[in-house]
Amino acid sequence: MAKILAVDDSASMRQMVTFTLKNAGFEVVEAVDGQDALKVAKTTKVNLVLTDVNMPNMDGITLIRQLRALPDYKFTPMLMLTTESGDGKKNEGKAAGATGWLVKPFNPDQLIATIKKVLG
Amino acid sequence: MPIDMAQFHQTFFEESFEGLDLMESGLLDLNAGDADIDLINTIFRAAHSIKGGSATFGFKLIPEFTHIMETLLDEMRDKRRQVTEESVNVLLQSVDCLRDMLASERDGSHLDLDRVKQHQEMLQKIFNDKELSPVSVVSNGSRERNDQEPGISGWRIKFLPFKNLLSKGNDPVRMFRELSLLGDFKVTVDTSRLPAFFSLVPEECDLCWELILKGDVTKESVHEIFEWVEDDCELDILPLSSEMSAGGMAEKSDPASADEKEKKEGSRIPEDIRKDVSRVGEKRNTQPSSENSSIRVGIDKIDGLINMVGELVIIQSMLAQLGKDFDMNQLGKLRDGLSQLERNTRELQENVMRIRMLPISFAFNRFPRMVHDLSQKMGKEIELKMSGENTELDKTVMEKIVDPLVHLVRNSVDHGIEMPEVRRENGKPETGLLHLNAYHKGGNIVIEISDDGAGLNKEKILRKARERGLVKEDEVVSEEGINDLIFLPGFSTAEIVSDVSGRGVGMDVVKRNIHALGGKIEVVSSEGKGTSFIIRLPLTLAILDGQLVSAGDQIYIIPLVSIIESLQITESNVNLIAGKAEVYKLRDEYIPIIRLYDVFNIPPRNTDLKGGLLVVVEGDGKKAGVLVDDLLDQQQVVIKSLETNFKRVEGVSGATILGDGTVALIMDVSSLIRLSHQAGSINSRPLTFFANSKAA
Repeated sequence: MAKILAVDDSASMRQMVTFTLKNAGFEVVEAVDGQDALKVAKTTKVNLVLTDVNMPNMDGITLIRQLRALPDYKFTPMLMLTTESGDGKKNEGKAAGATGWLVKPFNPDQLIATIKKVLG
Repeated sequence: MPIDMAQFHQTFFEESFEGLDLMESGLLDLNAGDADIDLINTIFRAAHSIKGGSATFGFKLIPEFTHIMETLLDEMRDKRRQVTEESVNVLLQSVDCLRDMLASERDGSHLDLDRVKQHQEMLQKIFNDKELSPVSVVSNGSRERNDQEPGISGWRIKFLPFKNLLSKGNDPVRMFRELSLLGDFKVTVDTSRLPAFFSLVPEECDLCWELILKGDVTKESVHEIFEWVEDDCELDILPLSSEMSAGGMAEKSDPASADEKEKKEGSRIPEDIRKDVSRVGEKRNTQPSSENSSIRVGIDKIDGLINMVGELVIIQSMLAQLGKDFDMNQLGKLRDGLSQLERNTRELQENVMRIRMLPISFAFNRFPRMVHDLSQKMGKEIELKMSGENTELDKTVMEKIVDPLVHLVRNSVDHGIEMPEVRRENGKPETGLLHLNAYHKGGNIVIEISDDGAGLNKEKILRKARERGLVKEDEVVSEEGINDLIFLPGFSTAEIVSDVSGRGVGMDVVKRNIHALGGKIEVVSSEGKGTSFIIRLPLTLAILDGQLVSAGDQIYIIPLVSIIESLQITESNVNLIAGKAEVYKLRDEYIPIIRLYDVFNIPPRNTDLKGGLLVVVEGDGKKAGVLVDDLLDQQQVVIKSLETNFKRVEGVSGATILGDGTVALIMDVSSLIRLSHQAGSINSRPLTFFANSKAA
């Protein structure tokens, strides 16, 4: 079963995302910010990274950039959760190596549909 | 299975309120002209999280509101906007407003929508110079609509990925799979870009594709599938039927989707706001306030507990082993095991109690803002100093101590610290100092609220007390006694009743609340130099320090905080009032004697007052002497509620189970004193010891 790393500093969003993913049968590991996620990703190989953008300590875009530099994560899908509908953050994320994005607010169905789309 | 989003609301509210506190304290630290990026970032992130969460969990009014705040903060962060006092103040007020909005969503309480609107307008006004409006990000210009042109039955898609496409985790196969779901789909691969085998880099994408999609599909849905890779490829989407004639219609990555989404939102908003506004106003569901229903516990505390339980299991198995075939040689081991068990149990108890403990900063956090607002309102200059914010206190005690603390801080700001002019005249620095301090002392937590203001005016207090008949004209009151007068009901020296403090109710309520928590308050004041209120509180409400006493064949527990002293009765100090009420002359006052066996109607062991033990207790400002047969141990007892297990009993606040398994009642001193007064039964018996002494 695919393992997903869910990164968000907001406990409620993390709770929602984790619950939704587990409910759909995915395995989930959580992290509270970029730094934490980097640590987790180094010890646990995950199949997909789902990260918030605005976070303390290390933001989602830096996380993606740093993960992409790791051999293990060269081709791993990484999605950003962003509230901005504008292109600024998306382009910045793309440049850092993000696979795609999901615009907040999203509902559980949209989340699952996107994940399934990416993981096939 | 649809997911019930309501299950995440509790966490959302908790973190949002924490976020608001963070925003508030951050804003208070933010000075005009200042651009502390880290600080603004923290505030921004909190606003951002609230916006994101509220939008996800469907609280529609809040995202709009936070969006303006967020944008304002974003501009400050990027130095596109100056941090001004005005904007900070408006943001602070918006935090308040947001707090109300969240509380209203949580509790279904009434929300003043006019106020929300007013705040939103205020925020908007700050923007006006820049014409930045959160709801009017409508893209102008006529975009090409995505509607299927008539006669088109599909699309020919030329997809030329850049070499780095794969290294962003995007897989062309994914897109093909999605396209195949839209209609009849055919893929032709173009290998012309493929290099010779030995120069092939397998991590790069060298293939191109031509895709034919037949069916009633809009161009937008095709674009949507390629949305994530539009910058990583060349993409031509041509209508199938007219491709021959319209070869030049090819367009590269199309920003339409994002823009259009915004456009939709933009036009959606005005109507929806109105709907949302009325919805929030109407909303008054039956959901109970969830304020106190959960607690956040640090991982270290939980780990500590798990550790303890682990050890407990080890000891248990060790003892079980011992018990299997026990002989007297192993007595030493058994004793060791038991003492270890005892130590463990105590630690476990302490650890469990710690779960309910929170740092007092939870209560202190509101004060910077409050003092800031109050001092601004009154034109005073006040520096607030806080120390010992990490001192931990039981959650329930914390919740109940907040109101008294707020009252005391208000009092200090309002009555304590003088106006800057007055301070200057008196040779003090213009800025007054208000100090909140908390620390542990002997099983209690002590909270001090000190100011360097005018101090209590003893003459004025005494005069007021006499005017109000609280003190008789000729009564002499000690220095300390005067200070204590302010705790009497109906006492207020506020010359003008302001909306800050001084409504005539106050200090007596403060004192009563603190007493209800099993705590004490005292005041130390020096005229012209300042006033300190010192509050002593038990660490928890679940355990109290008790004095075990015996009466008849029963053991009772008197809370130690209520006990002033214990003494042996000197017969000459006992008097009868009106021939029936027994009183004891304690130095310069008379206190009623309560015979415990009378109150509980149990057979007495000894009815003679002579040489009897009197425990002098105080409750609700009244003293009494409780006659007991014996003073036993002092120990901590765990309070079990009588109300939940049995019913409320006057004079008893609860029960506990003693070491030997017997149940002992815990006295509620205030109600015991009240009870003895009401019944008038302080005694209707003849004074036994007079009778005896006569006989002697």
